[in-house]
Amino acid sequence: MKINLKVWRQKNSNTEGKLVEYHLDNVSEDMSFLEMFDVLNDSLTRKGEDPVTFDHDCREGICGTCSMYINGRPHGPQTGATTCQLHMRSFNDGDTIVVEPWRARAFPVIKDLMVDRSAFDRIIQSGGYVSVNTGSARDANEILIPRTIADEAMDAAACIGCGACVAACKNASAMLFVSAKVSQLAILPQGQAEHKERAERMVAQMDAEGFGACSFTGACSVECPKSISLDHIARMNREYLGAKLTSDNA
Amino acid sequence: MKLESKIPEGPLAEKWARQKFSLKLVNPANKRKYDIIVVGTGLAGASAAASLAELGYNVKAFCFQDSPRRAHSIAAQGGINAAKNYQNDGDSVFRLFYDTIKGGDYRAREGNVYRLAEVSVNIIDQCVAQGVPFAREYGGLLANRSFGGSQVSRTFYARGQTGQQLLLGAYSALSRQVSTGKVKLYPRTEMLDLVVEGGKARGIITRNLVTGKIESHSGHAVLLCTGGYGNVFYLSTNAMGSNATAAWRAHKKGAVFGNPCFTQIHPTCIPVSGHYQSKLTLMSESLRNDGRVWAPKSKEDAQKIQKGQLRANDLSEDARDYFLERRYPSFGNLVPRDVASRNAKYVCDEGRGVSKTGLAVYLDFADAIKRDGKKTIEAKYGNLFEMYEKITGENPYETPMMIYPAVHYTMGGLWVDYNLMTSIPGLYALGEANFSDHGANRLGASALMQGLADGYFVIPYTVGDYLANIGPADKIPVDAPAFKEAEKKVHEQIDRLLAIKGERPVDDLHKELGHIMWEYCGMARTAEGLQIAREKIKALKKEFWSNVKVLGDSQEMNQALEQASRVADFIELGALMVEDALNRNESCGGHFREEYQTPDGEALRDDANYAYVAAWEYQGDDQPELLNKEMLEFENVKLTQRSYK
Ligand SMILES: Cc1cc2nc3c(=O)[nH]c(=O)nc-3n(C[C@H](O)[C@H](O)[C@H](O)COP(=O)(O)OP(=O)(O)OC[C@H]3O[C@@H](n4cnc5c(N)ncnc54)[C@H](O)[C@@H]3O)c2cc1C
Ligand code: SF4
Ligand code: FES
Repeated sequence: MKINLKVWRQKNSNTEGKLVEYHLDNVSEDMSFLEMFDVLNDSLTRKGEDPVTFDHDCREGICGTCSMYINGRPHGPQTGATTCQLHMRSFNDGDTIVVEPWRARAFPVIKDLMVDRSAFDRIIQSGGYVSVNTGSARDANEILIPRTIADEAMDAAACIGCGACVAACKNASAMLFVSAKVSQLAILPQGQAEHKERAERMVAQMDAEGFGACSFTGACSVECPKSISLDHIARMNREYLGAKLTSDNA
Repeated sequence: MKLESKIPEGPLAEKWARQKFSLKLVNPANKRKYDIIVVGTGLAGASAAASLAELGYNVKAFCFQDSPRRAHSIAAQGGINAAKNYQNDGDSVFRLFYDTIKGGDYRAREGNVYRLAEVSVNIIDQCVAQGVPFAREYGGLLANRSFGGSQVSRTFYARGQTGQQLLLGAYSALSRQVSTGKVKLYPRTEMLDLVVEGGKARGIITRNLVTGKIESHSGHAVLLCTGGYGNVFYLSTNAMGSNATAAWRAHKKGAVFGNPCFTQIHPTCIPVSGHYQSKLTLMSESLRNDGRVWAPKSKEDAQKIQKGQLRANDLSEDARDYFLERRYPSFGNLVPRDVASRNAKYVCDEGRGVSKTGLAVYLDFADAIKRDGKKTIEAKYGNLFEMYEKITGENPYETPMMIYPAVHYTMGGLWVDYNLMTSIPGLYALGEANFSDHGANRLGASALMQGLADGYFVIPYTVGDYLANIGPADKIPVDAPAFKEAEKKVHEQIDRLLAIKGERPVDDLHKELGHIMWEYCGMARTAEGLQIAREKIKALKKEFWSNVKVLGDSQEMNQALEQASRVADFIELGALMVEDALNRNESCGGHFREEYQTPDGEALRDDANYAYVAAWEYQGDDQPELLNKEMLEFENVKLTQRSYK
């Protein structure tokens, strides 16, 4: 296949970026999208041009590192898949593909297609855990968790922290990401003791990081590679309102 | 060098309890006077960092990814073992111990392995308390499955994302300690050297991957939890960034390296599709519980399939060879990984492989679907089937999967004693980075167990003993000459890489190394082949240092530079793996030397001469390494020939 690429090139966070065109002649449809970038980088390097910087690691859809905004969609045209799981057979010979980084105030560009998502870590640090020290747990089977509850918690826990939900949202809201964690721990008995403070603190941190407000359009869930459901946002809103109504911090 | 394993005296089942009692404790009020450096935030590193911070130590945690949550542990699919015996099917700590020692082909220490089995039960409790959503039965109890040839159901799992869920549990514990201020996180930061002074580990030199800044960090102890080195082979199931640099540079500073040639080749991976291939994707071992492995009986049929003239489903039952079931009637498709891998290779070597390349065999679910219904199979493996389809464009409900072995795990690693301390006092190695518990072959679902055992339940005790002995004052500042000297060396290496300005991109050289290793030091090895590899690697090292092309500069995000510095280390480590494989004139576990096999083609150990850990000691650039032997003693198990017939 022949592919025309327009790739966002930006030297670092202090400089302006622009789209640069590249042409590839020998793309196989069995290549993954990132392997196509490997081929591009190989040829750029051989020509003495700076290769394109992009984030990736596992290349199998689980680490959440890869993050390309492809033809106006986070992780590209395939639903329920990350950039690294996208294969060139999803495109046609002669296609022009525009590739940009995630765009959000809270995710500044580091270089080319790589952004800084440390805001997500700080949100988890603000409350995305159960406070239990190593060694203080009781026997695992003493906590009975019906299968349906465990399954629901697992659905929420499947979030890979990629940030596509933020990139998909016109307000750059992080609600889907935050709600997935709040919801997982709110569903499970282990998370009960701290459920009120958790929702409050995580939402406060999300706001402090500069993510936008949620207007419930659902774009996040559509683009989420793990198909995290909007129900979690609804649950979080209940958790949050409940927490606010009875808050000790009011 | 004298290697002391420090296995405590006494009966096997009492060793760890005795050790815990004899280890010194750090007074609670003094813990905050100690700084501990934890390199790596995978299962081993995150669990260690969180647990040590909970105890009150000051921890600095480093990873090269942008977030600790993205460590390669995230990719583990199948599950984690624990001797809970919840299924009442005859499991016990001793059985898990026994299976691990046997599965490792008697090349691991009894004491370590027993402790691993013993603490396995606590791991599950801890993870559940954190909110890890393990699979459950309808009544609400934890579900288990049998995994990787085990005859009891002791594997706990969270769909096909067990590693992810366990890591997110450990990451949440770590995040909580970051919020208390006891852990300081350094993501996108790579350790490039270990600082040793006065015979003790004193700290590390790092590079900030965003700004390129070289920095020194000083601590009372350094824990390397940096994962395995499967990417020596270029293509493996490991993440692209997984590398050996931290361990290798520590090795060059005096930490001996144990059993480097012990690598595990996983039988069920998606086959290579082209030269651009960047990594190989594992299809979970659990698939072999229901899938049947086969290849065409005749070469002619295989060739037609390779050319696309015939499809798998066109072959009648009697034209198929279910080779694992045929050769191993009692274990069938569930033989250990090394056995399954090697048999797939033989079938392909005979010309009976399928796929365009001829390097693949089938994993067929048709019978399971007929027996249990599509729904049941979907519930068990739905996401794996989907993943397969995304990559290959084929639907495994309708046509059999194609699989081929790929490098997956490295049993070798930094040599550690019972306390997980390397041969450098104050330097520890945890998780896949150490060599300790899996002998010559790791059982499925045991790496997650080991990583968390090391981090949650072993290191919190053992590091305290060292710290209590040295005292809080025994630390050097980052402007001490040892740090400055190491920083200078790191700068020099980076400058040297950038100055070569050769012709070949880093990946190109890395691929070449991978080909050499796979060809000569992979699934089957011979003395002759290893000698060829030795020469080829020597030449490649020269080529690398004269012809690698790294653009850009060091004071910025520069992925090619990161990669070049890792590949430089892979080349040296590859050379050591070859020496180790040459030295070990026997076959055991994942190390199969063709000269040493039984009449029916199974690995033939030589217990009289090789029941030892080969611990290699660095002697300087391009000097042959010195072999130290730690003899293995078996008091509780009888060494037998593994048989899965
Ligand atoms: C696809 C796949 C599936 C698997 N499935 C299973 C399974 O089902 N069950 C099982 O038991 N095992 C499984 N394994 C094996 C298991 O996942 C690993 O052995 C284990 O997770 C390793 O954990 P770790 O903490 O030792 O290292 P890792 O998780 O690899 O973490 C390494 C850490 O070190 C950091 N690091 C490395 N070098 C440096 C440096 N120089 N400077 C700074 N930081 C550095 C990295 O950033 C990372 O944080 C699987 C492995 C693979 C590849
Ligand atoms: S909710 Fe979905 S899109 Fe958002 S971070 Fe999680 S996995 Fe990515
Ligand atoms: S690289 Fe890990 S999800 Fe894409």
